Amino acid sequence: MKLYYRPVQNAWWLKRQPYVLFIVRELTSLFVGLYCLLLLVTIYSLGQGEKSYDGMLIFLKSGPIIFLHVVALIFTVYHSITWFNLTPKAIVIPFGEKRLPDIFIAGSNYVAWVILSGIVYWLIVRF
Amino acid sequence: MNDKTMQFEVLRYRPEQEDVPSSQTYTVPFREDWVILDALNFIKDEQDGTLSYRWSCRMGVCGSCGVMVNGVPKLTCGTFLKDYYPNKIRIEPLDGFPVERDLITHMDDFMKKLHSVKPWLIRNEGEEKPIEEGEYLQTPTELYAYKQYSMCINCMLCYAACPITALEPSFIGPAAIALAQRYNMDSRDQGRDERQKIIMEHDGIWECTFVGECSVVCPKDVDPAGAIQRAKLNGTIDWFKQWILPRKGGIR
Repeated sequence: MKLYYRPVQNAWWLKRQPYVLFIVRELTSLFVGLYCLLLLVTIYSLGQGEKSYDGMLIFLKSGPIIFLHVVALIFTVYHSITWFNLTPKAIVIPFGEKRLPDIFIAGSNYVAWVILSGIVYWLIVRF
Repeated sequence: MNDKTMQFEVLRYRPEQEDVPSSQTYTVPFREDWVILDALNFIKDEQDGTLSYRWSCRMGVCGSCGVMVNGVPKLTCGTFLKDYYPNKIRIEPLDGFPVERDLITHMDDFMKKLHSVKPWLIRNEGEEKPIEEGEYLQTPTELYAYKQYSMCINCMLCYAACPITALEPSFIGPAAIALAQRYNMDSRDQGRDERQKIIMEHDGIWECTFVGECSVVCPKDVDPAGAIQRAKLNGTIDWFKQWILPRKGGIR
């Protein structure tokens, strides 16, 4: 039998909107990673003494780094929301004869998000 | 009756006369109550008897008539012309499968993958009930646990929607993993460990990057993406159990 194998194009993900959104969701992890790296470098400089940390603070206040924070924040929010909304796919909790409705499983992530953000905000304002 | 028409651009592959598929355009009458399968049958009966495609039940049960409609995998028996009129409809064989002829794909590899997850009830050696003792009873809750995954009609739309099955042909794919889950979650079954070994391998669940389109295109709401994510979670719990509870948990 003479079969025809259709080649997969490199730009396959541009063919349909759901694939584009998938790739965007994957790309957001780059910014999440980049921000984590920045945070680690900041903590490292803190360990290197006051002079090093002051230098780091000046670096963090520079325009490009603030811009990077804003971009990272937007992508992290997109990353978090898309993943939170997908959690009911992985977590199924029996509820009576059926399962706990999706909104409770996805919703619990948002509740935890708000509480943890509140704690972080309180810590920043307090100290 | 009216004289409205629609353009059908169909990808043709006739292995005896061409090495690469080519497009052919047909003009078909537009009817409010026609599905794409009706239009394909019209082409075959009235215009071009050489056009080849699969179909059988024409009611969304047999899973034979899946094709790409404007780049989206669909059952031709459940997709209405009126949703596309007056635009042209482009029909291609399902993505990610080798093509035998026109819209007919080669599904040997898919059948092997389905079989590989042991989609039947497995009982432990010596624990099978004799027939005279009757059936294994289930509560509605136990039935509900796997029923959704048992609705699969093997139409392969989920494979065509999944970019990973095209990029990594060894990936066992959405329907096969959903089918493994269907048996894993069946209270009558004891074969989970055997199946886990297969779906936890490199070509199993970890190939899935959760694009999620398999569940979107599924005509029976099986939700294979959900089945795969649940399997990932269960597999991860197994992995931790084998360290924490070496005797009880995990895959042996």
